[in-house]
Amino acid sequence: MIEFINFYLFPALTIGSIYALGAVGISMIFGILRFAHFAHGDLMTLGTYGILAAAAILPVNPLLLIPFGMVLTIVSALLVDRLFYQPLRALPTIYTVISSFGIALVFRSLVQLIWGSENQVFSTGVKPPLVLFDTIRVSVLHLQAIVATAIIAVLLHFFLSRTRTGRSMRAVADDPELAEVSGLDTAKVVRWTWIIGAALAAIAGAFAALNTSAHPNLGWNLLLPMFAAAILGGIGKPMGAMAGGFLIGLAEELSSYHWIGDDALISPSYKTAVAFICMIALLIFRPQGLFKGRLL
Amino acid sequence: MTERLSVTDLTAGYGGPPIIEDISLTVEPGEIAVILGPNGAGKSTLLKTIFALTQVAAGSIRLGAKELVGCKTSALVPLGVSAVPQSKNVFATLSVEENLDVGTYAAPPKDKAATREKILALFPDLKDKLGQPAGELSGGQRQMVAMGRALMSEPKLILLDEPTAGLSPAYLERIFDLLLDIRKTGITILMVEQNARQALQIADHGHILVAGRNHVSGTGKELLADEDVRRLFLGGAAA
Amino acid sequence: MELTGLFFYLVSLLILGGIYALLCLALNIQWGMGGLFNAGIAGFYGVGAYSSAILTTAASSRHLGGYGLPVPLGLVGAAILAGLAGWAVAKICVRLKSDYLAMASIGIAEILRLVIVNEDWLTNGSLGVSRIPRPLGDLATGRMSDVVFLGFVWLVVLLVFVASSRLYDSPWGRSLRAIRDNETSAAAAGKNIEKFRIQTFVIGCAVMGIAGGLSAHYFRFLSPTATDPLLVTFLVWVMLMAGGSGNNKGAILGALAIWTLWSVTEIFTNRLPPEWATRSSFIRMLLVGLLLQVVLQRFRAGLIPEKSPPVRFKEEGPEPDR
Repeated sequence: MIEFINFYLFPALTIGSIYALGAVGISMIFGILRFAHFAHGDLMTLGTYGILAAAAILPVNPLLLIPFGMVLTIVSALLVDRLFYQPLRALPTIYTVISSFGIALVFRSLVQLIWGSENQVFSTGVKPPLVLFDTIRVSVLHLQAIVATAIIAVLLHFFLSRTRTGRSMRAVADDPELAEVSGLDTAKVVRWTWIIGAALAAIAGAFAALNTSAHPNLGWNLLLPMFAAAILGGIGKPMGAMAGGFLIGLAEELSSYHWIGDDALISPSYKTAVAFICMIALLIFRPQGLFKGRLL
Repeated sequence: MTERLSVTDLTAGYGGPPIIEDISLTVEPGEIAVILGPNGAGKSTLLKTIFALTQVAAGSIRLGAKELVGCKTSALVPLGVSAVPQSKNVFATLSVEENLDVGTYAAPPKDKAATREKILALFPDLKDKLGQPAGELSGGQRQMVAMGRALMSEPKLILLDEPTAGLSPAYLERIFDLLLDIRKTGITILMVEQNARQALQIADHGHILVAGRNHVSGTGKELLADEDVRRLFLGGAAA
Repeated sequence: MELTGLFFYLVSLLILGGIYALLCLALNIQWGMGGLFNAGIAGFYGVGAYSSAILTTAASSRHLGGYGLPVPLGLVGAAILAGLAGWAVAKICVRLKSDYLAMASIGIAEILRLVIVNEDWLTNGSLGVSRIPRPLGDLATGRMSDVVFLGFVWLVVLLVFVASSRLYDSPWGRSLRAIRDNETSAAAAGKNIEKFRIQTFVIGCAVMGIAGGLSAHYFRFLSPTATDPLLVTFLVWVMLMAGGSGNNKGAILGALAIWTLWSVTEIFTNRLPPEWATRSSFIRMLLVGLLLQVVLQRFRAGLIPEKSPPVRFKEEGPEPDR
């Protein structure tokens, strides 16, 4: 049991946090701009490398450098939206999907071009795991990721339900035409969608890279589970996407726990497939997601 | 304080052939005007055109001295024009409270709390539903939320597209009563209605469109008394 | 010598160009005619490559089979298996908005890649399948066999081109385009949209499988890197967009143009100083990514636009005035 908590549950919650933070952006973009943003994973990668670059100059805890990554992702996202997505907005959204597919490649090749394609590790120094109640051991990083995500979830909930911009975002996601008739500033809503999505992507990228290492495919490899999480949570429901992220993270990690006998239930090399199978199952049985999001 | 709405020689459509042609009408400040006509006459199109949701080929729409043609939809609320579309007129996943609040974003009222009180006094039904998602309410209550949202910006003019569509007769009367209450606060109302007879009874002026053009205009009483109008648009029976 | 070198460079360019032309034709069936967004081209391509390789190689202890079948049978097998994979995806996703199909197809491509990498008994894992035969192997040896293979590839391209052009003009193709352009009207006209879409998707995937098979026979060796999702999937999309979706000639022309651009830039970038040469492929990727944006914004019709205007139902009136 303790082994399960230490070696499966905490890592699962950490992966879940990363998915949750990425999926929020995907879900909001899908809900408000109505397209699946295929460059979101690579936006994460970009943020990660922004933090790496800052870490090369400033020898402090990489977590303190996350704002650098956030600035990079926010600027990139706003720029890409302005230059490439916005001109296609009057067309069927699938053109924007194709465009974002290309942008994913642009982000990735930029990363490879500037920073090379080798694995890079954040030098954080080795920290002993925290020991709680004598038996539960959890790495500092995992705890940081889980706590940070929990705090972000609370802040996000507050933002969406209490602030003017948050409510406007929900209104636009709910019914864009009515939002226009009500005189809401749609351009501002779109801007904030990118800012929040991109900022959270940078945080997710940082934790993902700290958890393993940074490489140009970091974000792309996370894209699929993040889509699964966004669908699971119901498109256009940021809080649902958060929950979806944790569920997918748990499903992935726990599928390789030796529930029966000594062997992993599913070989760890098929972890990604677990997320995908969850997504397929959802698309078949409950395409509106677990929390009754909109089906686009 | 309020200003006259004057539509002059308006021709508009959705990019193809025009749906309404050479429409002219005026709505005096503080009155209820109703647009009537058979299906396909261009009633909703006229309303949508005033709200900048169609393409105007010619003509002008003025509120007081301000030309509305060329304004973007989102710019109209700050100018004092609110609209309530026919269907899908509430944010279903937002609570009633939030729906009302969203109505203030484009044109914040001077005293939000007071405006909210005023509107809840108009629609007492909503008072105990404030926390509920608007999508869970009945059709009549949703119409009230939608009208409430539109009134939160303290408009000079409110456009209503068939506010009683799909409502039970009991609710229909309540909505018409509410319209009279709204008029008392000095707000001009321009609406499209199918329930022609009841609408003309509360309206100051009626405008009948046929095939996208002006057909007859007059006061509510005149139209109700008019033999042609009765025969063609009010089902022939005596008023 | 210089000239023969150039000749064989051209041959290899045209062979791969032909394989891409097939992929492009296949995508044109799915996207150009059916409006179905397939982002997992690499997956179906990979299934085809491995199917044909395993079916045609001599028996080996390293992977499943081989079965030593003739190459054409291998390609038929490739088409069938890739088509089956496509059917599974289509069955689940065609009724949803195309974004979901995109996600699901990427997902299936990813799973297929995982299977290929991890299941050693089936594919010999990352070590790959070797000694894959060429069709008409007896006809020529050495470099001349490339020329024979070139003919074989373009024969397949021609067959697929004729078949899909027929399809395009057939009642089936017209129904398909009608569905693509106006789903609601097509449904009202009594078309079984889901059935049409599944058929389209399966046909497209089968052709992608054939393209994959041909690539295996060309390289004679197959490893999981061959299914690198990005390069294949992405290039094919750019090709179709640039060539003109909805038009088969455009698809082929787009494939050749972009592939030539891609290959020729390699010659230049290889002459860059070494520290840049290693990164040159990233520059090319970057440029292709940007090229796609330009095509999407400025040249959506492509080099050869769709010839007949999209099928339209009788022009609908404006929104009914309720």
